[in-house]
Amino acid sequence: MLADKDRIFTNLYGIGDKSLAGARSRGAWDNTKALLELGRDKIIQEMKDSGLRGRGGAGFSTGLKWSFMPKTPDPLRPSYLVINADESEPGTCKDREIMRNDPQTLIEGALIASFAMGAHASYIYVRGEFIAERIALQKAIDEAYDAKLIGKDNIHGYPFDLYVHHGAGAYICGEETALIESLEGKKGMPRLKPPFPANVGLYGCPTTVNNVESIAVAPTILRRGASWFAGIGKPNNTGTKLFSISGHVNKPCNVEEAMSIPFRELIDRHCGGVRGGSDNLLAVIPGGSSVRLVPADQIIDCPMDFDSLVKLGSGLGTAAVIVMDKSTDIIRAIARISYFYKHESCGQCTPCREGTGWMWRVVTRMAEGRAHKREIDMLFDVSKQIEGHTICALGDAAAWPIQGLINHFRGEIEKRIDRYAANPHPDPVRVAAE
Amino acid sequence: MTRILVDGVEVDVPAEYTLLQACEEAGAEVPRFCFHERLSIAGNCRMCLVEVKGGPPKPQASCAVAVKDLRPGPDGAPPEVFTKTPMVKKAREGVMEFLLVNHPLDCPICDQGGECDLQDQALAFGGDSSRYAENKRAVEDKYIGPLVKTAMTRCIHCTRCVRFTAEIAGTSDMGAVGRGEDMEITTYLQTAMTSELQGNVTDLCPVGALLPKPQNFRARPWEYQKTETIDVQDALGSAIRVDARGREVIRILPRLNEAVNEEWISDKTRQVVDGLKAQRLDRPYIRENGRLRPASWQEALAAVAAKTKATKAEKIGALVGDLAALEEIFALKLLVEGLGSANLDARQDGTKLDPRFGRASYLFNATIAGVDEADSLLIVGSNPRKEAPVLNARIRKRWLKGHFPISVIGEQADLTYDYDYLGAGPDALARFVESAPTGSAKRLVLIGQGALARPDGRAILALAAQAAKKHGGLSDAWNGFSVLHTAASRVGALDLGFTPGQGGLDAADIAKAGALDLVFNLGADEIAIEPGAFVVYIGTHGDKGAHRADVILPGAAYTEKFGLYVNTEGRVQEALRATFPPGDAREDWAILRALSGALGAPLPFDSQKQLRAKLGEAHPHLLRLDQIGSASAADLEAVALQPATAWKDDFAPAITDFYLTNPIARASATMAECSALALDRLKQAAE
Repeated sequence: MLADKDRIFTNLYGIGDKSLAGARSRGAWDNTKALLELGRDKIIQEMKDSGLRGRGGAGFSTGLKWSFMPKTPDPLRPSYLVINADESEPGTCKDREIMRNDPQTLIEGALIASFAMGAHASYIYVRGEFIAERIALQKAIDEAYDAKLIGKDNIHGYPFDLYVHHGAGAYICGEETALIESLEGKKGMPRLKPPFPANVGLYGCPTTVNNVESIAVAPTILRRGASWFAGIGKPNNTGTKLFSISGHVNKPCNVEEAMSIPFRELIDRHCGGVRGGSDNLLAVIPGGSSVRLVPADQIIDCPMDFDSLVKLGSGLGTAAVIVMDKSTDIIRAIARISYFYKHESCGQCTPCREGTGWMWRVVTRMAEGRAHKREIDMLFDVSKQIEGHTICALGDAAAWPIQGLINHFRGEIEKRIDRYAANPHPDPVRVAAE
Repeated sequence: MTRILVDGVEVDVPAEYTLLQACEEAGAEVPRFCFHERLSIAGNCRMCLVEVKGGPPKPQASCAVAVKDLRPGPDGAPPEVFTKTPMVKKAREGVMEFLLVNHPLDCPICDQGGECDLQDQALAFGGDSSRYAENKRAVEDKYIGPLVKTAMTRCIHCTRCVRFTAEIAGTSDMGAVGRGEDMEITTYLQTAMTSELQGNVTDLCPVGALLPKPQNFRARPWEYQKTETIDVQDALGSAIRVDARGREVIRILPRLNEAVNEEWISDKTRQVVDGLKAQRLDRPYIRENGRLRPASWQEALAAVAAKTKATKAEKIGALVGDLAALEEIFALKLLVEGLGSANLDARQDGTKLDPRFGRASYLFNATIAGVDEADSLLIVGSNPRKEAPVLNARIRKRWLKGHFPISVIGEQADLTYDYDYLGAGPDALARFVESAPTGSAKRLVLIGQGALARPDGRAILALAAQAAKKHGGLSDAWNGFSVLHTAASRVGALDLGFTPGQGGLDAADIAKAGALDLVFNLGADEIAIEPGAFVVYIGTHGDKGAHRADVILPGAAYTEKFGLYVNTEGRVQEALRATFPPGDAREDWAILRALSGALGAPLPFDSQKQLRAKLGEAHPHLLRLDQIGSASAADLEAVALQPATAWKDDFAPAITDFYLTNPIARASATMAECSALALDRLKQAAE
């Protein structure tokens, strides 16, 4: 378990003073100038050494990502840092807590990261629905400007502007290139890669897009040293991580924990255990709705980190742990997730545009039992036809929940089909809120 | 050049080629819907997936990956791409299945059937049956203008039309609303498209979602007789294919000609077809007691011969219209000169261009393809968007590439690109000549008929030549002095010297009341011949010229005869016959030959072949097809030295209504509808 002294987000729950003064009393902005004086290369090296993997879901090394930015500035093509606060992944609610309660960690991180990449301007793209968060963040930024911590002429001697931009609530705008498009004022549709944003990003200039949490942990890592961060968790899965635990646990919560904490410990210690005891656990979606679910027996003692979950055919994603007990209608649950992806598909490329709707319709029928058993294999095949064939990862994200369902709960679907075949009812059962 | 292996075949391609192009180079067929050479890359249909060795374990969209993006294999082996592996086959079948799940099975009632990319590729790359058991999506059809019919249920969202209007046409008419499977392609609030090139979206659409409205349910593609010819609606001479069924021209499509129209044509070129059928003159007429009555050829020719013999040579004149081919202009010139008259003119709009100043003084010397090379542009008295929309698209393409400052003197119109507006009249041009040079070495000076078709046109021509000379438009390596004509026949007529001879009257004087007793009018419908003269009209449509005529001799339109045309660059091209002229109408040169017979002084040819031989003797360069005859830049030096004192009047637009510039277009109901819409837009904009 993570010791209190190792916590980065010391005001995650908003109990303490959220203002700049409060944040400073907790250690934010403590001699930031010294951190900048480490120099670009040293900062990036420290980030690499810390083993921090991007907290937005893909888990790419943050230090390495920063190192892709051009070293020599081109006056015609300035570098940009874009911070992805479009936290829309169902189940995930970690970034909003940072923006609400501990925004100075993010602002300080933005300054340091921008310095490390030679960016003098940074944009925070806040999810459209996050209104309180946007207001809190803007207030914190204004405070930082007033205190001359950031701005054209700040006490750190590195001109830096930070802007808050809010989206209109499209899930796809959390994809980095769609986010850039949206930030440019266009329709949020992912771009083709290559070229990657580090080469051609915002307004055609070199850009790095980072998750809020990745940026917010950077100052503490630099202050306490890469080895401290790397000492937490397991090799290649280091550091602390915000877990958002929702669903059938006694006390759903957001908590900062060490990486690789076993699932059982995470649930028992912070969430009061699974509703009805750990024997009542059915399955867990460990990383936000877009990863494959993991059945109870496999997840229960699994370390919660990137590599261990990949071994189970799932992923850590954003570490939004969705716990489902045995009262869950797992097929309906996945059908609802499938509807979400159908609704949020941008419509640009064929497999996702046509495939997500197809999958949703079939799996919705399956939730009622109005299907044929051969359609299970067909559905799996359709999901495979989407996966890996699309421009962005939304196609994959739509396919994986279905694949997880079929891999682990095929028997459940067949049972449902049999039950319906034995007693068919003429009309589809209407389900609220869908 | 970069080496790359495609299915084991090694090819050497430029590094900036996409994998798709490299695969084609190697002879591997890659299906595609969204990819188009002249549009930006969207990569959204996902049909062109290929497998890349050493790449990620998933197929790559070959249209979106450049050859230079691939890493070479170990020890410098060329990167390898596969187009026929099981992974690729599975991926393509999957994408094809997705495209078809919501595509209606209405091929039997779809006009695209037979030339449909989706049909062809489904056959070649698709599966054999459908697994989709849900209801198919239905999408409401949209109104996007009089030229394009929509069946949006068929749309596969390739966004070619969206990219075309945004990039080539420059009007951004089309876009997508909604997202996911509810995404719909439409114009904003279903207004009509505003581009003069909008018809091209029907060619670009790979399925039957956007179809040419006037050709709705007219014929199947395999029923057409296809004739590859050229267009005469503007002076570019765009390459077209005329598709006819039976005796009727059904549609006109663009052909590829990189030097002229790339693969676009304007809406007038494309949809003027119904004008080829309406208002046609299909038999000779003679005016009796103020009314035209049908007559036989013998009667009509005899009437003309009688009048001709009764008229003194200096009281005879001839005018040539905008659509005439070289053959008839040549024949008419021989005929009228044989009668002893010097009153000839082919410049019915009054332009002051004259072959005496040398060929370079009236050609688009930079050539159309030369627009791509130019480094700056000055437009004088022209609106290329209306006078030559395809050329305008080329200018826009050059402008999009950047570092291409454009200045305009004349009408301040929306040309689909930004420009620096210098002024409305000759004063601004004179100021430009005097201004400090900008360092431009390949300036294109585009002079429109709006600047030249006025009494002081010659002075303006001199000013324009000075502008070209002083500002990088004239050098040993570059001749940027470019006259944009509006009439397809004009350059040919000037080459043939169809201008007033010694002491002859020009077009405006010929048309004046009492000037002449007999006027031969070869399709000149844009000039009003005042009462007095006996007018012999040789033309195709019952338009202004025919209404004024005393004898009408029905001729053949450009799709109905073999004819040579010289475009604004001086490029000689041949139009071919797709259908026959209606009724008793004949090819124009043959009418003139017959008339000369009736006059008792037959012209020295009995066939078109002989005619062309004569033409070639007099003007050898006019028989060199698809070549631009020489024009000396030294002529322009002389033009620049001429007096250049122009009036103060602003340049007037050469074309007021793009859709109604000639008798064929004025007979077309489609063009009339387009014109009314455009007029409406103008009125709304003015409010």
